[in-house]
Amino acid sequence: MSQRLPVVIFAVIMAVLPLIPNIPPFWIVLLDNIGLAALVAMGLVLLTGVGGLTSFGQAAFCGFGAYTTAVLSTHYGLSPWLTLPLSLLVSGLAAVVLGIVTVRLSGHYLPLGTLAWGLGLFYLFSKLEFLGRNDGISAIPPLQIGSLRMLDPGTIYYVIWIAVILAALLTTNLLDSRTGRAIRALRRGHVAAEAFGVQTARAKLLVFIYAAVLAGLSGWLYAHLQRAANPTPFGAHASIEYLFIAVVGGAGYVWGGVLGAAVVVILKEVLQSYLPLIFGGQGQLEIIVFGIVLVALLHFAPSGMWPWLTNLLPFKRSATRTDTSAELAPRAAAPLTSEVLLKLEGARKQFGGVIAVNDVSFSVGTREIVALIGPNGAGKSTTFNLVTRVLESSAGRITVCGTDIDGATPQQIAKLGVARTFQHVKLIPDMTVLENVAMGAHLRGHAGAIASMLRLDRADEAGLLAEAARQIARVGLSDQIDQLAGSLSLGQQRIVEIARALCVDPVLLLLDEPAAGLRHMEKQQLAALLRQLRDGGMSVLLVEHDMGFVMDLADRIVVLDFGTKIAEGTPDVIKSNPDVIRAYLGATA
Amino acid sequence: MAAKRGRADAEGGRSLNTTILLFLIQDGITNGAIYALLGLALVLVFAVTRVILIPQGEFITYGALSYATLAAGQVPGTARLAVVMGLVAFGFDVFAARKSLHARALLRAFTVNIVFPVVVLLLTMWLAGRQNNIPVNITLSLLIVAAIGLFLYRIAFQPIAHTSVLVLLIASVGCHLAMQGFGLVFFGAEGLRGPTISDAAITIGDLRISGQSLVVYGITAALIIALWLFFDFTLYGKALRATAVNRLGARLVGIRTSLSGQIAFLLASVIGAISGILIVPITTLYYDTGFIVGLKGFVAAIIGGLISYPLTAVAALVVGIVEAFSSFYASNYKEVIVFTLIIPVLVLRSLAAPEVEEEKD
Repeated sequence: MSQRLPVVIFAVIMAVLPLIPNIPPFWIVLLDNIGLAALVAMGLVLLTGVGGLTSFGQAAFCGFGAYTTAVLSTHYGLSPWLTLPLSLLVSGLAAVVLGIVTVRLSGHYLPLGTLAWGLGLFYLFSKLEFLGRNDGISAIPPLQIGSLRMLDPGTIYYVIWIAVILAALLTTNLLDSRTGRAIRALRRGHVAAEAFGVQTARAKLLVFIYAAVLAGLSGWLYAHLQRAANPTPFGAHASIEYLFIAVVGGAGYVWGGVLGAAVVVILKEVLQSYLPLIFGGQGQLEIIVFGIVLVALLHFAPSGMWPWLTNLLPFKRSATRTDTSAELAPRAAAPLTSEVLLKLEGARKQFGGVIAVNDVSFSVGTREIVALIGPNGAGKSTTFNLVTRVLESSAGRITVCGTDIDGATPQQIAKLGVARTFQHVKLIPDMTVLENVAMGAHLRGHAGAIASMLRLDRADEAGLLAEAARQIARVGLSDQIDQLAGSLSLGQQRIVEIARALCVDPVLLLLDEPAAGLRHMEKQQLAALLRQLRDGGMSVLLVEHDMGFVMDLADRIVVLDFGTKIAEGTPDVIKSNPDVIRAYLGATA
Repeated sequence: MAAKRGRADAEGGRSLNTTILLFLIQDGITNGAIYALLGLALVLVFAVTRVILIPQGEFITYGALSYATLAAGQVPGTARLAVVMGLVAFGFDVFAARKSLHARALLRAFTVNIVFPVVVLLLTMWLAGRQNNIPVNITLSLLIVAAIGLFLYRIAFQPIAHTSVLVLLIASVGCHLAMQGFGLVFFGAEGLRGPTISDAAITIGDLRISGQSLVVYGITAALIIALWLFFDFTLYGKALRATAVNRLGARLVGIRTSLSGQIAFLLASVIGAISGILIVPITTLYYDTGFIVGLKGFVAAIIGGLISYPLTAVAALVVGIVEAFSSFYASNYKEVIVFTLIIPVLVLRSLAAPEVEEEKD
């Protein structure tokens, strides 16, 4: 409960603020505006700061919310409370349509795409007859509870801030869950997340809709606060301002959205009312100063004001011990029918004219450690990517546990019980070791986004975290469990990746250079762990350059050179194979 | 879409004859050529600096309105802004190099940041009202905007060049707001028009092509060729391309990426100003018109994928022509159509090219 305490204090402060005697009514209006902006910014925090999807069209979703209630409550006389779910629904549906089109876009396409439809929608709002064109819709009825008509900013204030605080709580809950981890993984690329069964496209669409619904809520409140809706507040400039708010506040932090809203709204107000007094009333001086202050803020605190402020606080968030007693059901899987877990038959991968993997065939049986070795560029990692379906094979047949994986997605491979690590570590540096490892158990949890927001996922979540903690203990990193993954050494990060892979409850573990960056002792511990896993019934396929490590550990070795398999056999056979020696040491050796 | 079409029919019922068709195409190509220039500049800046250049719109208005103000015999406020920005940039340079101040570096910073804009300002003050020679006015406007573009990068972007695209984008928006505010101070809320560069006109059959349109086509083509020559055949051009492909790699081989960024901004601001000067005789420009014009250049750049110059140029022509035709058939929905045009393109792109893994921050 200690984490909830600051929120409770904040809620109490916000509740008594309007009761202060003689508080200027204008301040309440400002606070209302801050709340409205904070709602939209919070959605952007999740979408942009956490999910890495920049949207320049957020104000358009406010427009959907505002116009829905405006039309329904003026033309059809619906009660504003009835239009609330409809407003949210319309914004959400708009987000589904626009999201399906845009969230697939990567990098800079996405922000520009959102900018484009944001502008298109703005012009649409201002041209449609039934939305009142540029004049908009006025005389929207106020919110009403019983006989209390919320006509003045002081009463609707409570509705707005209850919405803000609830939204903040729901968002924080969502982020601290199975779905939240999937969302937080989006910004770091999708390969790692997909390898553990995260449906990245669905997760992106989810945050997109969530952000749009928050914006729609803000629009609905706006319409009943102003009791009018016109296109201006839903245009490109407004969208840009919301993005500002999120970035200034700290785009990765839920409360950063609230802080940013306060800073930007108040700054604008102060500039608008005081600058003309200093410089005389000409021009839009406040815009100039606002722009300059914004750029300056980014120079001083590129990651926003919230983390900068929380760093100033003397006390730090204390880490809670993870309860490791909660059980997690094993991965749901069909019983193994064959002794062969993985079988490659003539697997081939061509990049243009380059044949990276040239008709390679080998297999991995149960309880076996197979090493895939070869000089740099031999096609080892490409073979891994073919098996995990990160890459589409050009020809040949690959079966996992008897299933032909042609056309399968990486998520389906994870479901079959194949877990992997990456040659270039793909952890999420700003998540703790525990959270990173829990990602591996993604497919073994079931709680969805709504359950997470409402904290109905705790049993499921406890099981996931307990499993993650057990696997971390198994690889010997319990002391680092609450550290940020980015703060560990490269060798430790590789071990974290192994713990994450173990959380899948795999039958086959694919390790891409697990020993690189490890010290001698750590290598020995790793080898012992892998042997123990094999004896426990797991198979391991590993790519490795450290010959001593491989020769000691592997039951069988497959050697690739220039994409072609040149040898296969036990370590002793491989050591004396003339082709292998030639591949490694050159023809004259 | 059906609703839009229905409305267009009801509104117009206008029939398309050859004269109108040719006129629309010509109008579309003229606008498209401008969008092509802007699109190219945006692609250039994004590729080299990762900045999505929202203030491109201000380069357009600054160029156009400085030119119009000079033509009216007055000194545009932008010349003074350039001097002030130069002073700030000089301060930044000195501060950045405070630990290893060399006379040579100091002299270079002084020349670029102080002498250059002051000389331009003095020239402007001396020449404004004294003469009304179009090439002189154009040159002065371009110099002023070039200085502003250069200093803008130095002040706003160079110190945060290493941050994420998002932070750069927000900084870019901040610059846009500040510069638009200055635009209002300098040029007022009234729109301005500038004198045409050429009053000649040719008539072919039903079609009358104004000299100004021909100038637009000529300059656009010349600039595209010049950019191509610059990027393919000069050392600086190659350095810029290298920076665009790999910043770290470029630094390792001794390319100063800050210099690349400055050159990119310099080129973009000049291109923006040229576009502005080309359109200000055709349409009245206001201090805030540039934003929307620039955004249409964006649409072209996005369709071109922010990477390909020829594709961007072709896309810009398409945008111009679509805009011309939609203003004829459904003038109310012109902007809606132009801005939603890119959505099908984006969908096609995302279907054709699956996402690539990117490790960004």
